Amino acid sequence: MLKELTREVKASMGIYESNDDQVYGLLAEFSDPGALMHAAEAVRENGYTHFDTHSPFPIHGMDRAMGLGNSKVGYFTFAGGLTGFAVAYLLQWWTAAVDYPLNISGKPFFAVEPSVPILFELTVLFAAFGAVGGMLALNGLPRPYNPLFYSDRFERATDDGFFLHIAASDPQFDADDTAYMLRDIGALHVELVQDDGTAEV
Amino acid sequence: MENTSSEPSSAHAGDGVHERERLVKGNLSFHDVTEMVARHTEKKTPLTWYVLFTIAASMAGLLVVMLAYQVWNGVGVWGNNQPVGWGWPIVNFVFWVGIGHAGTLISAILFLFRQQWRTSINRSAEAMTLFAVICALIFPTFHVGRVWAVYWMLPIPNQMEMWPQFKSPLLWDVFAVSSYFIVSLMFWYVGLVPDLATLRDRAKGFWRKRIMGFFSLGWTGANRHWRNYEKAYLLLAGLATPLVLSVHSVVSFDFAVSILPGWHTTIFPPYFVAGAIFSGFAMVVTLLVIARKAYGLENLITIDHLEKMNIIILVTGTIVGFAYITEFFMAWYSGVEYEQYAFLNRAFGPYAWAYWIMMSCNLISPQLFWSKKLRRSIPVMFALSIVVNIGMWFERFVITITSLHRDFLPSSWGYFTPTWIDIGTFVGSFGLFFTLFLLFLRFVPMVAIAEVKGVMPQADPHAYEGDGHPTPGQTDVPYIQAEAEIDPSDDSRRRDSGEVRGGA
Repeated sequence: MLKELTREVKASMGIYESNDDQVYGLLAEFSDPGALMHAAEAVRENGYTHFDTHSPFPIHGMDRAMGLGNSKVGYFTFAGGLTGFAVAYLLQWWTAAVDYPLNISGKPFFAVEPSVPILFELTVLFAAFGAVGGMLALNGLPRPYNPLFYSDRFERATDDGFFLHIAASDPQFDADDTAYMLRDIGALHVELVQDDGTAEV
Repeated sequence: MENTSSEPSSAHAGDGVHERERLVKGNLSFHDVTEMVARHTEKKTPLTWYVLFTIAASMAGLLVVMLAYQVWNGVGVWGNNQPVGWGWPIVNFVFWVGIGHAGTLISAILFLFRQQWRTSINRSAEAMTLFAVICALIFPTFHVGRVWAVYWMLPIPNQMEMWPQFKSPLLWDVFAVSSYFIVSLMFWYVGLVPDLATLRDRAKGFWRKRIMGFFSLGWTGANRHWRNYEKAYLLLAGLATPLVLSVHSVVSFDFAVSILPGWHTTIFPPYFVAGAIFSGFAMVVTLLVIARKAYGLENLITIDHLEKMNIIILVTGTIVGFAYITEFFMAWYSGVEYEQYAFLNRAFGPYAWAYWIMMSCNLISPQLFWSKKLRRSIPVMFALSIVVNIGMWFERFVITITSLHRDFLPSSWGYFTPTWIDIGTFVGSFGLFFTLFLLFLRFVPMVAIAEVKGVMPQADPHAYEGDGHPTPGQTDVPYIQAEAEIDPSDDSRRRDSGEVRGGA
């Protein structure tokens, strides 16, 4: 149960387990962003869930084509912002009014008004930590090892290549049938990526 | 449509590839964009770079020597003395922080306003922000006098069991500027990750592949990642926008919260922010005019980008000039004798020369940009951008020095003159700035490759319906209507499929 959950959480980050034959998945190349988007739609309609598209830039409309909902980074950011606000409030109140009260021209030891700039700055700072940290956590980054890197073609995913990867961990995955399906929806090139360091066409 | 989309030849890269009126010029393919940007970090270092780097690094060395001399002998080696306790160090601090603001403005505010032209310039502008803030932080750090005790400014538990004074605007400044630096750094790095992955995948050498692999965090361009990435980027932009406005507001509080005539005004926060954007954009223009030429990026950083920045310089310069005049009006209208004197003394007192340099550089000179011809002229904008930054330095000089040099009692009047240590430190800070900027140009992709690809017409998945190829001229909507000027060879070029590899 827990294992299942871990697997699904990791899959949502784009980290898939290879199957018993050390097969990581099938990597298909498409000609352009439009073709990739239609392919993603077709793959989703065929019932696959453990798949992802790889492109040099974000493609508008791909989230919908892949059936992905809204990103959860916002919750992390909001939590970060609240933390920052609380930290700034407690820091200024505790240091100035509790731990070492200093009477300066009879001003109150702690007041909200002069605390506003630091409340604001730390709220923004921690919210930014939340946004970046949340993004990395949800994406499962940093991830130095990725079996997709065994494919030489895949180097073009950050240049001008458009790829669709169906993971072997998908319940529907079958090396032959899935490859056939990918060719059927217009893949220019399909290769089997294995976790033992080989990629074959 | 086709006819309006050609471009005067001044923006040609000299490679025979033709221009058209869109964000990325020259009918480039995705690979061309990668190639144009990435090769500058991969090729053999040009000799010019070494020459420039040597000059910049020796100036940065001067900074180190000057600071060492100052730490050894004390703040007395600077011109600061009663009544002017805030001399050049504070002037320089505000100057550098202000320059930084354009980077965040371009990367965050223009992103929120969906100004897609920012994609070509945001990377270098953000880098400029970081380096300018580093330069800025040097000055207050050393101005405290005992630099080894500078950590007292941070709320670190210590053996004295004392805490920083959170009611002080100077401490707000510590928090504002350091938060600003950290957030800008994260924003810059997050933007860099996909491009570092591009460099990793192109890397040939063993170490280069591993170093780029380390910094690109294993990025694969997965859409599941892009989804969170874009959201995080949007949120960072949304956070950086109020942050950048707050930072210069807090810097202005250093002045405005005091009760000194000429400083104690509520106009300061917006006026400082406008001034910061003004000087920052001028610095971006100065740097990019050189960099786009030196790196053959005229197709990515086009004359239209520069023109848009010049329009912002015109607008903010006029806002700043309006603020100067408003200050005068308010001084008169307040009926406070000291306030009125402070402003009359600014314009006609011993520092009148500085005041009129400020006025002519900041208010008058940008008015040239009303002319379309002038704001599209590279030599004019280059000269003017430097003039603007001279003017903005003098603005901070005028604000800081003139308000301090004549105290309420004539017995505490004086005239501030900088020492050669002041001058050397300031020159040295430019050295540090250019050293860092040259390192950036050498090792980091200076244009956001992934973002530029995303705004190209063929990035739109719907561009492919029909014949499966993007139809040039249909998908590009000119965002500035160019004067029609048709090159006869243009039409034949346009029939090419756009597969001109290698770019400039």
